[in-house]
Amino acid sequence: MAAFVKKVKPLPTTSVVPVGVIAHHGIQKQSEVAKRKDIPQGLWEKCKNCNELIFSSRKEENLQVCPKCGYHYPMTALERIDLLTDLGSFQELDPKLESVDTLKFEGVSSYVDKLLANHEKTGLRDAVISGVTAINFIPYVLAVMDFRFLGASMGAVVGEKITRAIETATAKKLPLVIVTASGGARMYEGLISLMQMAKTSGALYRHKEAGLPYIVILTHPTTAGVTASFASLGDLILAEPGAMVGFAGRRVIEATTQAQLPDGFQTSEFLLQKGFVDRIVERKNLRAELTLCLEYFTKRCKVNKAGKSSRKQKTA
Amino acid sequence: MSIAVLEFEKPLAELEDRIDAIMRMDAAGSGDHSKELRSLRRKLTAAKKTIYTNLTPWQRVQLARHPFRPYSLDYISRICTDFMEFHGDRRFADDPAIVGGFARIDGIPVMMIGTQKGRNVKENVFRNFGCPNPEGYRKALRLMKVAELAGLPIVTLIDTPGAYPGVGAEERHIGEAIAVNLREMFGLKVPVISFVIGEGGSGGALGLGVANKVFLLENSYYSIITPEGCAAILWKDRAYSEQAAAALKLTADELLKLGLIDGVIPEPVGGAHHNYDKAAAYLKLEILKQLEELSSKSVDELVEQRYHHFRDVKYYGEAKA
Repeated sequence: MAAFVKKVKPLPTTSVVPVGVIAHHGIQKQSEVAKRKDIPQGLWEKCKNCNELIFSSRKEENLQVCPKCGYHYPMTALERIDLLTDLGSFQELDPKLESVDTLKFEGVSSYVDKLLANHEKTGLRDAVISGVTAINFIPYVLAVMDFRFLGASMGAVVGEKITRAIETATAKKLPLVIVTASGGARMYEGLISLMQMAKTSGALYRHKEAGLPYIVILTHPTTAGVTASFASLGDLILAEPGAMVGFAGRRVIEATTQAQLPDGFQTSEFLLQKGFVDRIVERKNLRAELTLCLEYFTKRCKVNKAGKSSRKQKTA
Repeated sequence: MSIAVLEFEKPLAELEDRIDAIMRMDAAGSGDHSKELRSLRRKLTAAKKTIYTNLTPWQRVQLARHPFRPYSLDYISRICTDFMEFHGDRRFADDPAIVGGFARIDGIPVMMIGTQKGRNVKENVFRNFGCPNPEGYRKALRLMKVAELAGLPIVTLIDTPGAYPGVGAEERHIGEAIAVNLREMFGLKVPVISFVIGEGGSGGALGLGVANKVFLLENSYYSIITPEGCAAILWKDRAYSEQAAAALKLTADELLKLGLIDGVIPEPVGGAHHNYDKAAAYLKLEILKQLEELSSKSVDELVEQRYHHFRDVKYYGEAKA
């Protein structure tokens, strides 16, 4: 690995900013992880998949994957950024965009209250964090959805941030990676929410026309409007194990068709078998596999004189 | 009454029944009722005006779903000549929930594509209640590419409760089928004009709706989710569908105010189902107007304008701090 890294031209320093750029979210993820290692909190939890008692701190160190059964718990956007970027390389785009209650939505609870509550709960302004960054010194644009914020539903801000991330990648001639998770549409924004599907897909049309690659990483759960737009348009589509990915919800399908749903319906494994997903990647391998994919796309996966990959089996 | 009467139309139906009864009496020669008739007819006109100009969003949704509302093929047969339907997605099947093919409108050659509902149980089983499967979207895109090759403008008519929520649809990646349509429609080198003629059901509608110009018929709706679905999720009770319909701002007028659509096509009094010919005439007028306007644009202008139609949908704020 080290020998390989030396061959790669490092990023120009202008695009590398300290990790503090994400500090406005009130979370300094890197130092937080370090702190946890020093002081084990001793908190136990029951894995919702295998029902075994597990150390919460062990689960977090294990990238939010159950150490006993391998169940992949959702990651926050910041944890995901930590996983998929070089330390200090993440330069956030559009951190200030925030949702507006355009429809003055009158329902059981007001949209403004929901937004405030979710902001307080997560420290996020909305459900996407995007930025220009690098992984193993390969520059690329990354957008990550955070399911904790209103189920990462797609409203105007999610659509705009995704679109701007795509446009940035196109303008800078960089590969684009989007980590998806979404409960679907932001109902509080009505048809404005639907228009985000068209907007993001339009930007992807231009990215594709520019001959630039786009990789999707599907995480649990990715559904509805996001599935029917940018989550389905990757040149490569990777998925985390056991992620629920689909267009229509299970209950809607059952109610409409009265059909018995097949085992494992709408999981990553099901979609791999049905030909939608290129590859299921365990979280512990995600960084290495994404790096490798980007190396192929950016012609960094050089062939040495003996005709063998310079990386050999190191990421396997 | 020859047509299905909606709840809020009952006062009108009663008046019409009384007029009918009096006319029958007249015909049978039982005295002169012309004065009474005149007064009843005045009442009917006034009542129609009050009811139909003050429709609530929920009432519009009901009109949009009216079992006698004209569907795509009803409009195509009235607006177009020489409709030549093409079938199949070349991958899996033909989806009868979407129809499309060459046609002429006042002699102008176009590609007509529309979602199609059925009029009765048998037809609806065939048309899948107007809910397309992935094959429908893939056929539609194939026909759009045919139109591009032939240099023909594309007119899409949208009337669907939504894309089909079925096991097969998921297995064949309905999300991907819609997504690809959204992406590829941005590249079409010919004019695209979309009309929501009834139900504009979310992604299933948008899959045919990435156009240079988007119009709604007066009593149609276009929404991210059905009022029933929204009520079930946000109110946890479908009984709140009426409130949800209002909150979603899904009517033609509201969407025009928001700047999300380009115009509203008028319908005959009481809704398109009261007069198919008139409804089709209004629609045809707008199609011809748009075909004329868009025909003067270059390919680059068309592609750019279509992109900005959707790119410029903003509606977000920016925090100061």
